[in-house]
Amino acid sequence: MNTILELHNLKKYYATQKAVDDISFSINKGSIFGLLGPNGAGKTTLLRMITGIFFSDNGEIIFDGKKFDPLNDISKIGYMPEERGLYKKMKIGEQAMYLAQLKGLSKTEAAEKIKFWFQRLEMQSWWNKKVEDLSKGMSQKLQFVTTVLHEPKLIILDEPFSGLDPINANLIKDEIYGLAQRGSTIIFSTHRMEQVEEICDHIVLVNLGKKILDGSVHDVKQQFKENKFGIKLYEVPATLNSSTFEVIEQKANALTVKINNGYKSNDVLQYLIQQNLTIESFNEILPSLNDIFIQLVEGTKATTRAFQKI
Amino acid sequence: MNKILLIIQREYLSRVKNKAFILTTLLTPLLFVVMIAGATYFSIQGKTAHKIAVIDENGFFKNNLKNSNDLIFEFPEGVDTTNYITKGYSDILLIPKFNGTEKTTYILRSKKSIGLIAQEKIEERINTAIEDKNLQDNGITKTMLDSIHSQSQFAKLKTEQQAGASVKESNEGLAYGIGYGCGILIYITMLVYGMMVLRGVMEEKTNRIAEVIVSSVRPFQLMAGKIIGIGAVGITQFLLWVVLIFTLLSVAQTFIPHETLEQVKTLQQNGGVMPGASAMQASDAAQNLYNVKHTLGTANWGLIISCFIFYFIGGYLFYAALFAAVGSVVEDLQTSQSLTLPITMPIIFSFFIMTSVIQSPDSSLAVWAGIVPFSSPIVMMARIAFGVPSTVPYWQLGVSIIVLILGFLFTTWLAGKIYRTGILMYGKKITWKEMMKWAFTKTA
Repeated sequence: MNTILELHNLKKYYATQKAVDDISFSINKGSIFGLLGPNGAGKTTLLRMITGIFFSDNGEIIFDGKKFDPLNDISKIGYMPEERGLYKKMKIGEQAMYLAQLKGLSKTEAAEKIKFWFQRLEMQSWWNKKVEDLSKGMSQKLQFVTTVLHEPKLIILDEPFSGLDPINANLIKDEIYGLAQRGSTIIFSTHRMEQVEEICDHIVLVNLGKKILDGSVHDVKQQFKENKFGIKLYEVPATLNSSTFEVIEQKANALTVKINNGYKSNDVLQYLIQQNLTIESFNEILPSLNDIFIQLVEGTKATTRAFQKI
Repeated sequence: MNKILLIIQREYLSRVKNKAFILTTLLTPLLFVVMIAGATYFSIQGKTAHKIAVIDENGFFKNNLKNSNDLIFEFPEGVDTTNYITKGYSDILLIPKFNGTEKTTYILRSKKSIGLIAQEKIEERINTAIEDKNLQDNGITKTMLDSIHSQSQFAKLKTEQQAGASVKESNEGLAYGIGYGCGILIYITMLVYGMMVLRGVMEEKTNRIAEVIVSSVRPFQLMAGKIIGIGAVGITQFLLWVVLIFTLLSVAQTFIPHETLEQVKTLQQNGGVMPGASAMQASDAAQNLYNVKHTLGTANWGLIISCFIFYFIGGYLFYAALFAAVGSVVEDLQTSQSLTLPITMPIIFSFFIMTSVIQSPDSSLAVWAGIVPFSSPIVMMARIAFGVPSTVPYWQLGVSIIVLILGFLFTTWLAGKIYRTGILMYGKKITWKEMMKWAFTKTA
């Protein structure tokens, strides 16, 4: 069994709209999975079904090889929702203990794990502080700890870096890598594409409740590449005329070219060499996920769905 | 199940450890004592004596209007409506010449408003005086009249209740007091702790902790844990009050002289009369204390306390679930007000029904309001004080209890449905109509 989670034809309809409309995908064990989509695409509803908060109207969730059983499997999942908070009046240590015990850890286990994580993220001195005294970034760290300390098989992080400074964001990012290496699977939901590109192995893009893209980051980029290349020459001649490519943009001695159908990059190089031009660099320009995202989502009525109606 | 216990524990401890809780628990009984003492003090002190100048054209009232501490009638010469204030009187009473048997109007002019009770007293004194005059006119001498007066008010009514073959002493005044007291207590606790549940649920929602928690436990567990936890806080507070009041009472008892207590004991052993003719006479204080103890002893405390606990908990659960439902759909107290109105109205309304039921605990209003779960916690408690099964037959008590249990199961179910949709929804104004839609349709 190689997948931790499989979704089959998941549907969730509200009175006025289809929040999740027939979505299927699977996530491999130990991978870092990116769930992408504009605001109101249905990501949160989808995550709430995976965490057992909502029941699906239709479809099936297979968790770790068996049909998902919210009551028991919930303790194997760690969910950090986008809208997350803490009890303001509680002490930080007590709060972490409480949340850990709700996940099914015993008192001693919980205390042990909290100590471990607090030490790891340099939070030891926080134990007796109150949540209301924490900065936003500090409470983010606490929330991250309470999400992962019961060593869940599946960790779901919805916008985990919002409000974190670069140092703490890197700290959390390293922890995410570490958790994945130790066998946890991570679902990472965001609309910050540069983070996805950096972290995720596999992505799914949803829009208007439907899945519109599914694949590894590499494959997706290959799929959407437009045969664009960046060429730097020591000297650019007045005219470059070849049937193999067209120049799209020129900035000083840097050119962006699009290779015409039926030709390969080598044909372009051959032409340049024949012209006796000295090549400084030659590289393929792959579209960024951001470009792909905008290309796919723009023009659909995505933003109008930002306010969910139930 | 274990998780519910954790939630209950947190809800309970976070409130009981709170300084505000400790303060209100300790101060409320003291405040209560101060209030009662204050009210008593002012009711005594508040009675200013009225010095009334009487202008009597008949010359009869001079020796026949009864004086008392707060009403002093004087018959001065040369005082009239223009100068009574300067002569040191607070009021002036003008009695016209009698006109046969017709009703005559007397005029009382005052510096300040005289008050309803004083007004009634004055009227009564005048009427007694006239009655006396009529009796004297018909040949009854003053001595005879005085001896008749001294013999009136000799009868004292002692009520008893027939319960099968046995006869039990009943006390309407005590039942009234217990009924009213229990009614008020349940009324206050339902409102206070209900609002506490509402605020607690709302806090979880606005803090955005709700979604974190419901990814670990079922929403229903979170709601039920909160309701039970806060209920336990209420019971704790209540028990502490009982303990405090009994401690205060026993402290107060140490100030009573030893002889008086001995006399009370003798009275208790002899059914309220001192033995051995008049050899030893009980003091007034002992007699009063005995009366209080004896009266309290006539109530069926076991039944009243167990019913109180049931209606206290049942009523709380019934309404707390509804308060929780409202708490889950609002984001600030202001918007909650329009939604809580349909919940607080029945509670307030039940209180008014209770004040009427306590006058006639047998009326059909009393029977029905004692069964309907919206009002039964307050109303039934008031009725039970009047006696089971004499005033409240067993079947009515049984039906009321069952209906209340079904009632809170229903409100909890209903609230659970509303709660799990509402708790995760932000930025939308919800009406009761929508809440009902969530409760009775399958989605969400």
